[in-house]
Amino acid sequence: MAELRANELVVDIPGRASGCALRLSICAGERWGVLGPNGSGKTTLLHTLAGLRSPRSGHVALDGIPLQQLKRRQVAQALGVVFQDSQIGFPATVHETAMIGRYPWLSPWRRESLEDIALAQAALKRLDLEALSERVLATLSGGERQRVGLATVLTQSPHIWLVDEPTNHLDLHHQVAVMRLLTEQANAGCGVIMCLHDLNLAARWCDQILLLYPDGDACWGPRDTMLEPQALERLYGQKLTTAHIDGAPVFVPVA
Amino acid sequence: MSGAETTTHVIQAGAGHRLRPLLWLSALSLLALGVAVSIGSVTVTPSELLAVLSGEGERLHRTLIFELRLPRALAAFGTGALLALAGALMQVLLRNPLADPFVLGLSGGAAVAALLAMIAGLGAALISASAFAGALLSTLIVFGLAHGTGSWTPVRLLLTGVVMATGWGAIITFLLAISPMEQLPGMLYWLMGDLAYAQRAWPVLCLAVLSLLVVMPLGRTLNVLARGGLAAAALGVAVRPVEWALYLLASLLTAVAVTTAGSIGFVGLMVPHMLRLALGNDQRLVLPASLLAGGILLTLADTLARTLIAPQQLPVGVITAMLGVPGFLLLLYRSR
Repeated sequence: MAELRANELVVDIPGRASGCALRLSICAGERWGVLGPNGSGKTTLLHTLAGLRSPRSGHVALDGIPLQQLKRRQVAQALGVVFQDSQIGFPATVHETAMIGRYPWLSPWRRESLEDIALAQAALKRLDLEALSERVLATLSGGERQRVGLATVLTQSPHIWLVDEPTNHLDLHHQVAVMRLLTEQANAGCGVIMCLHDLNLAARWCDQILLLYPDGDACWGPRDTMLEPQALERLYGQKLTTAHIDGAPVFVPVA
Repeated sequence: MSGAETTTHVIQAGAGHRLRPLLWLSALSLLALGVAVSIGSVTVTPSELLAVLSGEGERLHRTLIFELRLPRALAAFGTGALLALAGALMQVLLRNPLADPFVLGLSGGAAVAALLAMIAGLGAALISASAFAGALLSTLIVFGLAHGTGSWTPVRLLLTGVVMATGWGAIITFLLAISPMEQLPGMLYWLMGDLAYAQRAWPVLCLAVLSLLVVMPLGRTLNVLARGGLAAAALGVAVRPVEWALYLLASLLTAVAVTTAGSIGFVGLMVPHMLRLALGNDQRLVLPASLLAGGILLTLADTLARTLIAPQQLPVGVITAMLGVPGFLLLLYRSR
């Protein structure tokens, strides 16, 4: 099982002081939640961890090997990224989009096998997209597109999931379904790191928390030590009240 | 059990879906070449054509077909194939259906260099060499400038190319304005594309086959790249090297096509786009289909160009535009 480690990592955000270097590792079975206000660099961090952006300093290592020493294909076999907004290129159907998740596993001349197709179909079924599989991406709603992104990474079956706002555009039922899916992946031995806007989702579904402050400061650790109301109020610059429902804290902003 | 059957069905449908259009296009290609060698000042009937192909037939027909018409038809086919393939590659590279080698200023550079060679009174071979050098020079300028301070984006490359093309256009107008009267018809014909001097078909045909062999294993990579650079990188595509290779290959194809037949617009833009509307976006299908359809279009267009107002010849670029524009608009209109 894979481990993704940030070694003295400082992400490169133009015009921002370097702040605090990250020393953390995402291990099998862990669910990390990244919290921070708009513009605090959650997405940039996720892209840096995926090797899609160069850090300002430090490096990211997969099982001890720095990402830049690995081929992109090897990285893609281990790391799967769910993007916040899917870029719209040429029109493609839902099924074709899920199938490209097999790309890192197929050599140039090899055709997609029955197994590959079965994986894509299972992923679409898992995300309630079976009925839409022949629809063109551009005709889907935001929430449906979000689920297609998740289905593509499920088809890719990486060891580490890097997920940007997995619950964006999703209705309540699908929010829970997606968080269950990510938990299931973690229980099956994957590492998961997700950027979240919703504190309560993080409190309920993550076991490790990383707080990113807009000035570049950061702190991280197990959920129970991190979700302190004072720290969260400083993070968002917003007063919060805390309630407890079923033993879990629920944070509500004070109007 | 029924699940397994359905999946097998899907696979077979997938393979058939990819092969059938290509078989049709191959058959049409042969038909187009047959038409091209049969029609002209002396008409060859199908039965006479078959006789010539089986090694018999009249001596006049043999000379006519093998020495005059076939080389020109094959050159037209190869040139059209190269232009359409180059356009399809550029469109994936820039994730923009408007991209084509002509929009990006490649043919403009070639045209300026070719016109300069004509004004200098150089021979046909030197005009071709000069056009080739001009296309490559334009490629380097566009790519170098778009690369600029490090990172280029598809939009920046497209803008740089469009601006360069406009600049080349101004120079072309200037050159036409200062050239002696008697050279103008030759220049205009070259600018609209002209296959009358394209007697060597093998360079374009060989390059078309070679580039298809290079591009086909990349088909899946191009499908992923068409989703956007970031998504492609996350799925394991080495984006920058692939983009460089695409740009250089498309430039080379355009340069060779322009060198063979002058600048012929619309083929690179329209053929891949029409195929995408009809066949979908799988590059493993679109690329070989573009190659064949581009060849068919230019072969037929050239046949019309040399017969419509015979014994005079029309520039083939006029025909491709006159055929292509209404066809394209109709397809676009109906696709909604």
